[in-house]
Amino acid sequence: MFYREAGQFKTTYRGDMTVFPILQDRIGIIVILVVAFSIPLFSSNFMLHAIMIPFLIFALAAIGLNILTGYTGLLSLGTGGFMGVGAYACYKLATVFPEVHILIWVVVSGFASAAVGILFGLPSLRIKGFYLAVATLASQFFLSWCFIRIPWLVNYNVSNAIEVPRRTLFGVHVTGPEATPQARYLVVLTIVVVMTWLASNLVRGRIGRMWMAVRDMDIAAELMGIKLLNTKLLAFAVSSFYCGVAGAMLVFLYYGSAEATAFSINQSFAVLSMVIIGGLGSLLGSFMGAALIFMLPIMLPQLMAAMGLPIQSATAEHISFMIIGALIVFFLIVEPHGLARLWQIAKQKLRVWPYPY
Amino acid sequence: MLCVKPYNWACKIFIIPFWEMWELPDIFVQTLWEGLVGGTLYSLIALGFVLVFKASGVFNFAQGIMVVFAALSLVGLHAIGVPAFLALALAAVIMLVLAISVERIVLRPLVNQPDIILFMATFGLTYFLIGFGELIFGGDPKLMITKQLYIPTGTYSIDFAGGRVELQKLDITAMVVASTMVAVLAVFFSKTRIGRALRAVADSHKAALSVGISLNQIWVIVWFAAGLVALVTGIMWGARSEVSFALEIIALKALPVLILGGFTSIPGAIVGGLIIGIGEKVGEIYWGPLFGRGIESWLAYMIALIFLLFRPQGLFGEKIIERV
Amino acid sequence: MRMKGLLVGAVLAATAVTPAFVSNASAQDSIYVPLFSYRTGPFANSGIPIANGMADYLNMLNERDGGINGVKLNVEECETGYNTEKGVACYESTKAKNPVVTNPYSTGITLQLIPRASVDKIPVLSMAYGLSASAVGQSFPWVFNPPATYWDGLSMIMKYIAEKEGGFEKLKGKTIGYIFFDGGYGREPLPLLEIFAKKYGFETKLYPVPPAEMQNQSGQWLNVRKDKPDWMIMWGWGAMNPTAVKEAARIKFPMDKFVGIWWSGGDDDARPAGDDAKGYLTLNFNGVGAQYPAVQDIIKHVVAKGKSQTQADKVGENLYNRGIYNSVLIAEGIRNAQKITGKKVITGEDMRRGLESLTITQARWKELGLEGFGAPITAVNCTDHNGHHAAYMQQWNGKNWVKITDWISPMKEEVRPLLEAAASDYVTKNAGWPKRTESCDRPS
Repeated sequence: MFYREAGQFKTTYRGDMTVFPILQDRIGIIVILVVAFSIPLFSSNFMLHAIMIPFLIFALAAIGLNILTGYTGLLSLGTGGFMGVGAYACYKLATVFPEVHILIWVVVSGFASAAVGILFGLPSLRIKGFYLAVATLASQFFLSWCFIRIPWLVNYNVSNAIEVPRRTLFGVHVTGPEATPQARYLVVLTIVVVMTWLASNLVRGRIGRMWMAVRDMDIAAELMGIKLLNTKLLAFAVSSFYCGVAGAMLVFLYYGSAEATAFSINQSFAVLSMVIIGGLGSLLGSFMGAALIFMLPIMLPQLMAAMGLPIQSATAEHISFMIIGALIVFFLIVEPHGLARLWQIAKQKLRVWPYPY
Repeated sequence: MLCVKPYNWACKIFIIPFWEMWELPDIFVQTLWEGLVGGTLYSLIALGFVLVFKASGVFNFAQGIMVVFAALSLVGLHAIGVPAFLALALAAVIMLVLAISVERIVLRPLVNQPDIILFMATFGLTYFLIGFGELIFGGDPKLMITKQLYIPTGTYSIDFAGGRVELQKLDITAMVVASTMVAVLAVFFSKTRIGRALRAVADSHKAALSVGISLNQIWVIVWFAAGLVALVTGIMWGARSEVSFALEIIALKALPVLILGGFTSIPGAIVGGLIIGIGEKVGEIYWGPLFGRGIESWLAYMIALIFLLFRPQGLFGEKIIERV
Repeated sequence: MRMKGLLVGAVLAATAVTPAFVSNASAQDSIYVPLFSYRTGPFANSGIPIANGMADYLNMLNERDGGINGVKLNVEECETGYNTEKGVACYESTKAKNPVVTNPYSTGITLQLIPRASVDKIPVLSMAYGLSASAVGQSFPWVFNPPATYWDGLSMIMKYIAEKEGGFEKLKGKTIGYIFFDGGYGREPLPLLEIFAKKYGFETKLYPVPPAEMQNQSGQWLNVRKDKPDWMIMWGWGAMNPTAVKEAARIKFPMDKFVGIWWSGGDDDARPAGDDAKGYLTLNFNGVGAQYPAVQDIIKHVVAKGKSQTQADKVGENLYNRGIYNSVLIAEGIRNAQKITGKKVITGEDMRRGLESLTITQARWKELGLEGFGAPITAVNCTDHNGHHAAYMQQWNGKNWVKITDWISPMKEEVRPLLEAAASDYVTKNAGWPKRTESCDRPS
């Protein structure tokens, strides 16, 4: 009743192929965007800086991995490394060519990551499933090692870390310590919205269909005339591009400075959990997964403190670990197709309401 | 000193390392030994993975934390006054309880789900066990109760080619225990009723069910077996350094062993472990200086990756036949 | 279709939890001191005793004296797990409550906070860790890292080695191995080590330990056996330390020629190797043992009352006392700030002034009930936020750490130029780094 496609007729091919063919969707997305862009008006700095910014960045990384794992069916544990490539590339570019605007470099650094992604994607032509996942660990560890060992990457800084230069956009600080969480948030949000929009167009177009064909059965896809080499490597490239941009944003708009450990194996695992919990092959799921996996560990101790439970911070941490673990299992049992499926169920309910079927 | 300028690099890669092996044979033998021991320990962790994967198709990410958890239970029980061997038995019981709960709470509701979902569930299990372990035992590292378990410590020094080779009694014990364990498991798998049932389940869940094998029971058994392997691994690694949550990271090293040996092969886990163990030690000692040393973190994966390019199913994995 | 809910998670989460985080700023009658700690994760073995020591000393001041000059300290721990993201969350959540100082206790978190300290007006106290270059007060007015930097530490170790060898000239032709955590922390001393190697003609061998291989060092130590260095120096932390000590014992490396930095000297670092660890040396700048009156007060007022998380027998261990040392710096900084400003409840800006003119004389240490606990803090001032104070060498006797040398002062003339170069390098690379505008207080 609330969500009915019936009666919305399309009279042109263009109209039929739009991203949001249904009026309700269009209204919904506008409402969400308006709310998202107006969050800085009413929320605290903690909320913005410690939760919303990293949430959006991780959601972008999750979209990147979802393109590879969810849409193309190639399991990867090298996300942390690819994010690192983006971050280090961005740092090098921004310090070598300081006159070009930093946000351009944040996006361009994705290409460096894409190139590395293609290189480490090569084994995917022969290796599948969990074997591939472990093979991608090679890239993770090798890249981590490079970040530590190649001082050129950090401009020979004594701290061995990348430090974020101060840059402005329209006269407002967007990177560096003076940048307000509000400014950073709006920049991150804009990049994430644009890139998500691009991704959504990509996955429902010809390329996305090729990816999905490869995912569902690569031999069959090959017989249909899809070039496996190109398709798989393209998936690696696009996925790494997204991860690279996410990594660059992570350092430049969130951390403010980062050591190689920021792109460790744990980061890869975290992003993979976001994708699986959120729902494989769903962009919406990437956001939901990122919300659950990233926010929970940060918020649980806060919530426990807010509820006035008299426990030590370490105990809260232990308990929150247990709760996260239990919740992951719980969500998998309740909804193995990921959180994104919950939205589909809700949509169906809205469509038929007030009738059960 | 041997190298001439234009061929410097080639020489450093192809001549110097071998010359060093020849020059200091005691170090070379020691390197092989360390690799062998390290490899055995990797094999032990990998063995836990293989057991679970073979019988239930679950890529058990929680094996690493199970190692820590088992060792912590043992040490923790001893700390509250339980005699060492009773604590050992109780730790085994705890692993059994864990196996039963995992089967009941995690695996049973997720039956027939895609592999990746089950993999993710073991991820959740990992988080849970980290929190639970730290809550009960505290995050501080513990000493392994080596003496109380009569695990020998000390070294045998053997004079060899003008130098000495030192064999740690602890390492020898680890090798003996590991080989016994593998032998017992091999016999268990091939000779006993349950073992045959396990192999049937590994071949096909449906076929096994149809001949009346209880999947749930089998799962409890393999998870318990993996728990026991974890306990042994925990004791050995714990005795080498200490029992702490950092051990969990080491368990990742079993992954290259796994892809090398194949996910479903017990001999694969052993041979893979030895290749990785020896390969990374020899690589680190003789070729490491070329990279400024400390290359062990990725060398194992690279070795495995190269093998994998030639045999995508691992050394001992079953041949992959794909049909449309 | 999927686009519909792109940000639905964000919005839901935002609306659901916003009320919980609305700032709880109230009229302040206490001083808020957040302590970043890690009782979880691979570095917990080093993190737990420090966290206990830090919290217990401050709580003892609350219990015994009712705070500092009558103002209660509001001590709150925030668990970082040595993890950068949690560190950011901790910083953001504590920032709203007007903290007077931040103790990041992780190099990664410190590096993030260094640029933010001057913007948020919250001083960073990274006690003998973090970025060594931040000792230069001209460039880093908001960062403090007393009592000594890593480079000071290395120079003190070199002094000790030279003394044992019979003078710096005897170092010629020797080999010194350096085993280190392969990250910013372990790599920082490398430039100075190279300078020393050139100057005194010894050879260095490097043994990096990758973060994922902390408990798997047999390769490194085999290399040590192959290279046969005369001395080994270690920059380790967390699970790396006990493993290194055990491995050194395994290859029968002479323990009295194995020297660690102060972060490698926990009791739990040496203990697992048992008797084999006897002779292992580390640098230290705080006293060990529970015999100090102030530590006894902690036992009486905090531990015995069950207000501490520590095990009673761990009180007085090295890293526990390190935590106390850290808290003494905080408490004395607060006291000094109160004196300078005449205010009771101070702010971060006051605290910065307090730390900048911090002095703890021998007599003051005694007054604190910690006679001989630390070298007098006399050299912290506006240009020098570190002071380059002395440390001593301690040796493990199988049960306890024993002080075996007098206070060794660092080679400041070697270290200081390096620090200033590093600081100016940092400032030039970070274009737009703010010029110091903060005024300067004379030490009182």
